[in-house]
Amino acid sequence: MRKFIAGVLASAFLAFAPAATAQIPPNVLVVGQIAEPKSLDPHAVTAVNDFRILMNMYDGLVRYKDGTLEVEPALAESWTISEDGTTYTFKLREGVTFHDGSAFDAEAVKFNFDRMLNEDHPYHDTGPFPLAFFFSSVEDVEVVDEFTVAFNLSEPYAPFLSNLAYPTGLIVSPTAVAEYGENFGRHPTGTGAYKFGEWEANAKVVAVRNEEYWDGAPALEAVIYRPITDANTRVAEMLSGGLDIMVEVPPDSLQQFKGDNAYAVHEQAGPHVWFLILNAKEAPFNVKAARQAANYAINKTALVENILQGTADVAAGPTPPAFAWAYNEALEPYPYDPAKAKELLAEAGYDGEEVTFYVTEGGSGMLDPIAMGTAIQADLEAVGMDVKIETYEWNTFLGKVNPGLEGKANMAEMAWMTNDPDTLPFLALRSDAFPDKGGFNSGYYSNPEVDTLLEAARRETDQEKRAQLYKQMQEIVQEDAPWVFVANWKQNAVTRAEVKDFKLQPSFFLMLQDVKK
Amino acid sequence: MLPEFVFDASEGAALSAYILKRLLTAIPVLFGLTIIVFLIMAMIPGDPATAILGSYATPENVAKLNQDLGLDKTLVEQYFIWVGNLLQGDLGRSYTLNRPVLDEVLERFSATLILAGTALLLCSVLGLIAGIISAVRQYGWADKMITLLVLVGISTPSFWLGLLMILFFAVKVRLFPASGMYAIYGGGDLPDLLHHLAMPAFTLSVVATGVIARLTRTAMLEVLRQDYIRTARAKGLSERKVIYKHAFKAALVSVVPVIGIQAGFVIGGAVYIETVFQWPGIGSMLVTAISTRDLLLVQGGVLIVAASYVLFNLMADVVQSLLDPRLR
Repeated sequence: MRKFIAGVLASAFLAFAPAATAQIPPNVLVVGQIAEPKSLDPHAVTAVNDFRILMNMYDGLVRYKDGTLEVEPALAESWTISEDGTTYTFKLREGVTFHDGSAFDAEAVKFNFDRMLNEDHPYHDTGPFPLAFFFSSVEDVEVVDEFTVAFNLSEPYAPFLSNLAYPTGLIVSPTAVAEYGENFGRHPTGTGAYKFGEWEANAKVVAVRNEEYWDGAPALEAVIYRPITDANTRVAEMLSGGLDIMVEVPPDSLQQFKGDNAYAVHEQAGPHVWFLILNAKEAPFNVKAARQAANYAINKTALVENILQGTADVAAGPTPPAFAWAYNEALEPYPYDPAKAKELLAEAGYDGEEVTFYVTEGGSGMLDPIAMGTAIQADLEAVGMDVKIETYEWNTFLGKVNPGLEGKANMAEMAWMTNDPDTLPFLALRSDAFPDKGGFNSGYYSNPEVDTLLEAARRETDQEKRAQLYKQMQEIVQEDAPWVFVANWKQNAVTRAEVKDFKLQPSFFLMLQDVKK
Repeated sequence: MLPEFVFDASEGAALSAYILKRLLTAIPVLFGLTIIVFLIMAMIPGDPATAILGSYATPENVAKLNQDLGLDKTLVEQYFIWVGNLLQGDLGRSYTLNRPVLDEVLERFSATLILAGTALLLCSVLGLIAGIISAVRQYGWADKMITLLVLVGISTPSFWLGLLMILFFAVKVRLFPASGMYAIYGGGDLPDLLHHLAMPAFTLSVVATGVIARLTRTAMLEVLRQDYIRTARAKGLSERKVIYKHAFKAALVSVVPVIGIQAGFVIGGAVYIETVFQWPGIGSMLVTAISTRDLLLVQGGVLIVAASYVLFNLMADVVQSLLDPRLR
């Protein structure tokens, strides 16, 4: 018997003993992603996780300047905007080829936008294209000559350029779309710094250096993206040497990496804002004093430092500071002042009625929503508000919040991450953005002045003037307090010390063109 | 070492008829299941379009995307379209993964089978051996040690054990990889697979090993008290023969169905282990598919998991009836 057991154990050990696996070559970078990509067709996806790959395989006509959210030329060398702001004419870069060898030209640009926007386009059925509405103001795309293309808009739409810099504006190869059809998303072909290598489902996506890249071939030979959904497992892979870069590090582990010289920690504030929607249609938050009271009552510094462990900054208003050009530096966050909050509540005539608070269990950009929710509940109860929390799973939560809070709740958690200062306020703070009009103004905030400013900013093509309009809007909104402004999330990443020239971007995209290892 | 079976042709025919009957009764069960899954997925709030669009899910965008995804049809229509395609071997296309459900489900399921199969083998072998030793050396030090280990094993949450194993074997001593099924560079062969399989399979087998060990011990003790064992010993048979030829064979009859049930638990438990070790199996796929409301992927996944349950139970029943002719 003993011999038998010994035999079984010995053979088991031999079978599972470490095999000599090939080492990862020094010039290959391994990136830990949070999930398997949905598709590598930039027009078909909506998740930042997918954008992190796409931004390295494709280029757009324009891109965000390093370290900012301002656009600069990419596949377009220059552009002009007509007086009335409705025609954008782009001069394209000549001599650029797609990874499949086909030429990049005005026809290719037209193909890209027609595929997304025109239901009769022969390749429209390779979608769906969930974010195509980013370009819904585009009436038609006109090929002026081989390297000139003009976009005619139905009305002036200032965010157009920054939408072009978004992954939805990346340019795909028309010949590859024709070849692969609905499977194009598994055979991505662009003009970017890295070409598609292989995609082994649920294991890895490999991108290899594009030697002919128009902006200079990258130093790395290849990038391997590994999907690891569990954050703890991702940390373990990082610690065991299986990754060179990991994103979205849990706050607890961040401290551990910070104290270790073998790793470098990167942080970058992004265009993200975490807030509470207050229902301005029903008591108690139908009175401005009550909404301001909520802003004073909640200890945002404590939330950010204790619950989020420094992975976010306190938000001052509706626009994240990452939009540096449009951000109103003069705004100061509402200070934590429970006495003032009590005073304002009394002024508002709040009589201790129960307040229903929608909290989500998770969801993109929601950080630590349950812990945040309970801390907020405690802060509000400390100033005499009777807060009842209702918790929902993310999709259910969106289904409850997006149609509006009326008759259901007085406040709800929410977070947005956008690419232009227009997007969030335009979709969530205008009178014309009430849920029944197809917007996200779930708290029914309405101020005609804000409406005018936002409409004007959208039509203004001069960035300076546009910025002024946004700054005024932020001041009014902060005073009106339709939301409790809570936090701006800082994206984080950890790299091994050998990884050089890596930098996080305010766009939250993972740009690996200049990285060395 | 295993019991020998002798059967004649008529017994074989009866058995195949029995298997066929069981398989046929499984069909309505599976269809009923698909209807239930369809209804549950329709009942839970949220829809794939909202899941895909996230922050941008305006009613207008949701309606447009639902139309593009073919989800604007009634539930009944959607179900019959699905069944119609199923009969042609087409499980549809996943909205979120943008690939045929069948490809994804088969790939994922084979990964789970490798993991769960290895774990089941481990827990059966280890559990039986531990149980026999325990019974034969009742109240000896080996029995006490095994009982202690088994109790610890049964009470340890497997995802936690998995994390500890990663921390020790992958991070500290770097003997095994922390996650995945194959090395991401090179590898891809059997040694590479076994190297990645070791930790998740062991972790997954711990609880089931404990259960099987406990049960084997009890079953063996009961059998060893029987008169015919005393008779066998009195006949002068060697202790080895008594235990393996007589006692073990009889005890196995009550252990086998438990192994069959454990097979179900092992596949169920694989959900956690797959998540902890990033094993690309069907459990972690289903969790993601449900949260993104990927109906067709959920349907395909549930169908294949349910079919495998039916098969495992059938296999356990067949093995049991082979062991114990009274059950036939």
